[in-house]
Amino acid sequence: MSVGAFNRHGVWAIYRFEMHRFLRTIWTGLATPVITTSLYFVVFGSAIGSRMSDINGIDYGAFIVPGLMMLSLFNESIFNASFGIHMPRFLGTIYEPLSAPLSAFELVLAYVGAAVTKATAISLVILTTANLFVPVSILHPFWMVLFLLLVATTFCLFGFIVGIWAKGFEQLQIIPMLIVTPLTFLGGAFYSIEVLPEPWRTITLFNPVVYLISGFRWTFYGSSDVAIGVSVLATFGFLLLCLAVIWWIFRTGYRLKA
Amino acid sequence: MENGETRLMEPVISIRNLSKRYAGGHEALKNVSLDINRGEIFALLGPNGAGKTTLISIVCGIVNASEGSITADGHDIVRDYRAARTKIGLVPQELHTDAFEPVWSTVALSRGMFGKRPNPALIEKILRDLSLWDKRKAKILELSGGMKRRVMIAKALSHEPDILFLDEPTAGVDVELRRDMWELVRQLRESGVTIILTTHYIEEAEEMADRVGVISKGELILVEEKTELMKKLGRKRLTLNLSEPLTEIPANLSDWALSLGADGLELYYDFDANADRTGVPSLLRRMSDLGIAFKDLATHQSSLEDIFVSLTTDRGGDGGRAAHRTNGRGNGDRENNGTSGRAGEAE
Repeated sequence: MSVGAFNRHGVWAIYRFEMHRFLRTIWTGLATPVITTSLYFVVFGSAIGSRMSDINGIDYGAFIVPGLMMLSLFNESIFNASFGIHMPRFLGTIYEPLSAPLSAFELVLAYVGAAVTKATAISLVILTTANLFVPVSILHPFWMVLFLLLVATTFCLFGFIVGIWAKGFEQLQIIPMLIVTPLTFLGGAFYSIEVLPEPWRTITLFNPVVYLISGFRWTFYGSSDVAIGVSVLATFGFLLLCLAVIWWIFRTGYRLKA
Repeated sequence: MENGETRLMEPVISIRNLSKRYAGGHEALKNVSLDINRGEIFALLGPNGAGKTTLISIVCGIVNASEGSITADGHDIVRDYRAARTKIGLVPQELHTDAFEPVWSTVALSRGMFGKRPNPALIEKILRDLSLWDKRKAKILELSGGMKRRVMIAKALSHEPDILFLDEPTAGVDVELRRDMWELVRQLRESGVTIILTTHYIEEAEEMADRVGVISKGELILVEEKTELMKKLGRKRLTLNLSEPLTEIPANLSDWALSLGADGLELYYDFDANADRTGVPSLLRRMSDLGIAFKDLATHQSSLEDIFVSLTTDRGGDGGRAAHRTNGRGNGDRENNGTSGRAGEAE
């Protein structure tokens, strides 16, 4: 039996296997983001938020919801995608997908697809949790879902690269801890960059995460720090960069094939 | 001739001028050419680091070749990798498993990866055949080494390969499992699967293989039918420790293939131990008639191990290079020097 032009059984088998692993540990997988989000709302929503004035007419507790979702989405996307491809490398089971009749596209689709599903699901759980603390309205639900998927895909592709680059589990943690979390905190997750004085405001515009959070917040409340078009373009730019790096990885066999 | 028949006559794996240089400069394979016949069991022998696993890894798509080409069932493994890889199953040497996953799901995953639709009945049969059925829900982590090896085989068989690579299938397994493996390999061959196994157990090659290839330092130095090798195994040497040295072999003994050594104090007679008439009794009678006395005598039977050791440790001159021909017919006339040693322990 020939595989044909697209190995759908192969993609589905890997996707299902990855999702099965997620579902097997679903309670720990969900408990962490739910507890973390609840803590943010206790601290920023109730303790500090009650003393904060509205931002652009939005209650502070509601204002930070998109930022919190993005913070979680970045970390979960990178974690799930990097872990998904790093684990077979670590265990040595990578020999099997490499020797299977799967193209690079199919491999990425399966591993990254599963990671996108997981990260998106967790973000939606966070949205639900947030709704328990503050009333959240979504002005553009269609664009919200689309933006969520776009950012999840982009960061899962980035996570896939990290998972191939990393030589050990310590390195898997480096990028999210040292780069993504600080950029997110400084990228307007908890404040509008308009409140920053110059030159910090201009400097902040060099932080790519600003565009992602701002764009995502626009889908909720219709207001943003930067133009929504710029946000979408910046996200696509990062997506294409990740795709180019992955193309290079499979072309050269970098850390996959000797 | 019909196309189908032509295809069946063609080698199922054809390796041409294959070389591999790793990034560090190590040359793991040097211009290897080899044909594997459809339906045979081919044993690739060689010490550790000889290039066996590199060769298999390239055929399976895990390692990139530096030079050369390979076809599997007529499909180029690079250009037409989908068709080629669908045909090939691999059981790697190391026990690489999804440690935290149950046996069933990891075997089902393998089948799916190779583009085959789910077939629970087949997976059940494979697990039962490999005595894994009772462990189907167990995490691989909980299994013994032997059981893990069986899981690796189940994964490779799950997608019904026509060509199966077994890289050191019995390394570190107990005698009983080894016998089970051999039986399984025979059954697979009977069902039409071509099997290429690497091993450093000479016994395994003797037991299983139709043909044997010896690889050393990245070069394929011998490819030979096992039956040809068995003829060599049938060679025996009678050593007679003479009471008085001889300067030359007496003309009356010219009927026997004799040679002298140890300054004329040892007389050697090489004979075919499987022959009806070995010539030993008549030689001894003739020597008695001629008054040539001996103090002691000993016989030594050459083994595949002897040949292996002599090929891989002392490859002076052009010995074995004739075997480099792609039809796999090796040189069958290497001198049997009776070297002893434990080749298997080189691995």
